[in-house]
Amino acid sequence: MTATPEREGFREWLLSEQPASRGQARIGQAWRTWLAFRSNRLGMVGLTIVVLLVLIAIFADVIAPFDPVLGGDLRTARLLPPSMVHLMGTDDLARDIFSRVVHGARLTLMVVALVAIIATPIGLLVGTTSGYYGGWLDTVLMRITDIFLAFPRLILALAFVAALGPGIENAIIAIAITSWPPYARLARAETLTIRNAEHIDAIRLQGASSLRIIWGHVTPLCLSSVIIRVTLDMAGIILTAAGLGFLGLGAQPPQPEWGAMIAGGRRFLIDYWWVATMPGIAIFVVSLGFNLLGDGLRDVLDPKAAK
Amino acid sequence: MTALSDSSEGRRSALPAVLGKAMRLAATVAFTILGLLVVTFLIGRVVPVDPVLAVVGDRASQSTYDKAFVELGLDQPLYVQFALYVEKAVTGDFGESFLTKKPIIDDIARAFPATLELATVGIIIGTLFGVPVGVWAAVRQGKLADQVVRILGLIGYSAPIFWLGLVGLLIFYAKWGLVAGPGRIDISYEYAFTPTTGLFLLDTAMQGQWDAFRNVVSHIALPAALLGYYSMAYIARMTRSFMLNELAQEYIVTARVKGVAEWRIIWVHALRNAAVPLVTVITLSYAGLLEGSVLTETVFAWPGLGQYLTNSLQNADMNAVLGGILLIGIIFVGLNLLSDFLYTLLDPRVRRRT
Repeated sequence: MTATPEREGFREWLLSEQPASRGQARIGQAWRTWLAFRSNRLGMVGLTIVVLLVLIAIFADVIAPFDPVLGGDLRTARLLPPSMVHLMGTDDLARDIFSRVVHGARLTLMVVALVAIIATPIGLLVGTTSGYYGGWLDTVLMRITDIFLAFPRLILALAFVAALGPGIENAIIAIAITSWPPYARLARAETLTIRNAEHIDAIRLQGASSLRIIWGHVTPLCLSSVIIRVTLDMAGIILTAAGLGFLGLGAQPPQPEWGAMIAGGRRFLIDYWWVATMPGIAIFVVSLGFNLLGDGLRDVLDPKAAK
Repeated sequence: MTALSDSSEGRRSALPAVLGKAMRLAATVAFTILGLLVVTFLIGRVVPVDPVLAVVGDRASQSTYDKAFVELGLDQPLYVQFALYVEKAVTGDFGESFLTKKPIIDDIARAFPATLELATVGIIIGTLFGVPVGVWAAVRQGKLADQVVRILGLIGYSAPIFWLGLVGLLIFYAKWGLVAGPGRIDISYEYAFTPTTGLFLLDTAMQGQWDAFRNVVSHIALPAALLGYYSMAYIARMTRSFMLNELAQEYIVTARVKGVAEWRIIWVHALRNAAVPLVTVITLSYAGLLEGSVLTETVFAWPGLGQYLTNSLQNADMNAVLGGILLIGIIFVGLNLLSDFLYTLLDPRVRRRT
């Protein structure tokens, strides 16, 4: 009971209309965003799925009852249907599918995270530079962006994987190369509206360099809309990675990548349906989670676009 | 008064403005296609597959190798090679397939109708269902119908297309036997007609081979429904948002005040205005089906462009891969252009603003 007044005080501190410091204002703002997000039921479902994915990826070794790569007895444990021992059955090499799906979460998370880490800065850099300087630089950069947008994503990723050779690292690079153009477009549009704002003029008059203005003052303002866009794209990234894996161009066996697992189960589809179906459910649930999370974030942070 | 003078001025300068716009558009398209060529050319140069070995085989003597090396123009500087590449590409020469030993362009011409047929049936399904569903969701915004449409859309955005295809085959083909299995047509019907257009639905119907036609329909039903579902998800979502936008306009209120029937307001007044941006969406999602077809064709053993591309990829047949990719890129640019053009054609406001 003694904790209650203290908590009330903390709440008040968080939601204070007159924050005493910049830190308090920032934390308060984050808290308000969280409160708004929390009331979005589908968004919360999405967040839960994504958090679960992260937890499963971290504790994969603990959760998975069997080794994801080494199979069981080839004479007795091949293509077993789902049971209490093998929750999702076993595949043609007597490997436990549940354990493989659990370990696959790591690969999926790695792909999403790396693509976001590579593609977001490229998009931001190209977009803000293009929008801030304008002129011929803008034209050239935007034309290049258009060329990348002219290819359907999977097709372009296919082309790059063809050049780099199959493998999950190359698939990540290929997907990143194909992901940045929409972010660049978005960052440019945001920059165009920010560029002539009075506070930017004020900084310029103080003698800040263009680089400093772009990096320190324009980019942070573009960040939130780009992050929403990246979150919304994550499902697409997962699906593209799974598609590459399915075509045999992404992760290579015996890596437990979900798309490649579906491809592996294709031969047994009619008699042993679970081999191809289970990893697909995993892909579906995870991309659904990212879609819901992205939608929720957009509703909260960017109500204009949500309509 | 200002509006009047604006419009008369607009009329006077209409022709040069349209010409100017066309020129700009042509320049953009030319630049984009050149960019596509740069990308495919560079990829072709980076690949670890030796183009000379692909021609002469790995047992050729050094002198044969050197000769082929020079013949392929590989001793030239990169920009000369690129100019050569563009020159050939313009005449439709993408080299020869390593696998089929035929010019790429012939291979692609044979595979393309299959993809075209699949994507076309898909977009027809997607539009026929997507537009009414989207309108329905907009009219019942926030109600159960809207939620159902939203969930259907979310499933479409989240489920991997190749997996849904496999599950579809498992249920509708293996379990229930409602549709035919992979492939475009059963082998017993393959010679029942002469493929003139390459679009089997059209060919069989025109030649009155109704048994073969039924067979083609039962083969195309599942993959086309799948592609149709994916485009439906997108079209319905966009229709909903365009319709919501229109229904909030004042002319809708005016129509209601005048006592126009509600169905007429929705399906005639609002939809007609929403139709303009919708045409763009449908054209773009038609282009998107080309992308979806790569995976779908692999699942359904559909002998189209997508399967040709993946087959060539798995056999390191780089000429074929790059040719196919380039063609898809050009179709994409073309469809983008078409959507721009249709927009101008359908919306008088855009036309006047040129």
